[in-house]
Amino acid sequence: MLTDSDLQAIWLTIRLAGITTLILFLIGTPIAWWLARTRSWWKGPLGAVVALPLVLPPSVLGFYLLLAMGPNGPVGQFTQSLGLGTLPFTFWGLVVASVFYSVPFMVQPLQNAFEAIGDRPLEVAATLRASPLDTFFSVVLPLARPGFITAGILTFAHTVGEFGVVLMIGGNIPGVTRVASVQIYDHVEAMEYGDAHRLSAVMLAFSFAVLLTMYMRRSNLRREA
Amino acid sequence: MQRLSALIVSLLAAAGLHASEVRVAVAANFTAPMQQIAADFEKNSGHVAKLSFGATGKFYAQIVNGAPFELLLAADDTTPDKLEKEGHTVAGSRFTYAVGTLILWSSKPDFVDGKGEVLKSGKFNKLSIANPKTAPYGAAAVETLKKLNLLAAVQPKFVQGENISQTLQFVSTGNADLGFVAMSQVFKDGKLSSGSAWIIPGEFHEPIYQDAVILAKGKDSAAAAALLAYLKSDKARAVIKSFGYDLR
Repeated sequence: MLTDSDLQAIWLTIRLAGITTLILFLIGTPIAWWLARTRSWWKGPLGAVVALPLVLPPSVLGFYLLLAMGPNGPVGQFTQSLGLGTLPFTFWGLVVASVFYSVPFMVQPLQNAFEAIGDRPLEVAATLRASPLDTFFSVVLPLARPGFITAGILTFAHTVGEFGVVLMIGGNIPGVTRVASVQIYDHVEAMEYGDAHRLSAVMLAFSFAVLLTMYMRRSNLRREA
Repeated sequence: MQRLSALIVSLLAAAGLHASEVRVAVAANFTAPMQQIAADFEKNSGHVAKLSFGATGKFYAQIVNGAPFELLLAADDTTPDKLEKEGHTVAGSRFTYAVGTLILWSSKPDFVDGKGEVLKSGKFNKLSIANPKTAPYGAAAVETLKKLNLLAAVQPKFVQGENISQTLQFVSTGNADLGFVAMSQVFKDGKLSSGSAWIIPGEFHEPIYQDAVILAKGKDSAAAAALLAYLKSDKARAVIKSFGYDLR
């Protein structure tokens, strides 16, 4: 039913979304923790920066990334000095872009989960002489588990749905940067509507399944509570 | 209520003033010449030309699905032909307004030699081309590389632009050393505006005939007919030539 190049695009999309989600767990957790606990004046500005990708047109992000990661941009100069070449048109370039693009979908659910825990469990842990790190791993993480699951699912799904940024910095290379959304765009432009329909149906089914899982879980949790 | 009806009347009147407006879908490679031609046309005729620039394949999908374009300036001759056969055009209006010239371009001076030897040397990071499946300039680039027996060697360095404008943008931002683009994008007033280039000789690929056609939505539009006629005028043809196109 799906052609080899469609399957290649789907596999690439899954790899991109998976790696982006893993990286964002590592970067997003400390940011969300800080945002949830701090009383600093910087909470507002940092929160706003994290939320920026929600409202910025992908073309703005794509434009800045293309210039910054290009051979004359600051990031490009840096990667070249490390002997890595430049990032546009590479898989890792897309990963970097996706991390920026999906950061609010990781940080905001985590921040909500951390805030919901409140001060009390942490104070109790402290009176039992748990170190802050110990508290985080044995108290906060288990309590915030639903938040982590939501954040992971949303980040993964949002990265799968990425299009504009990839179009601007990807260069449409099969197996490297041609993800499913770009493959569909290609099919439509080439007037291959049958192929476009099949791949679009897969994306539609996937997106619906993801959201359905989320909403079913949410109502289950509410029933248990 | 009276205010509302006054508002509606004035809105309708404003719409009436724009009755001599023509909506044109223009292939991305023809952006610069068309802006110049449209400005002259508006000055001479009093009509207004609303231009949209993009990939011809995308315009096809939009036109077939009811886009309000009255005139199409395509990057090829197959898309207007297909639209004509499917009954989306005004019969007898199709003609070749320009013959495209392919060029190998770099934003760096002295990077591209006059024979394209740089392609054989392999001393470049990326080669930007328009998507050959959808863009005629991309297809002509692949054909040229085949003729030079270099396709297999340089294919791993391909990056593809969604249309010819993006293909150029990858090169002009320095992200790709080289790119196959339309001569009109880097030529102005008969000379190269910047960087270095190899003008691909015509025998390396099939000619890129670019056809214009009046679409079904423009069949009663005086402005569409006037703009099509203006494209055939000596003045417009001189502009087209100055951007490096051939004429038929």
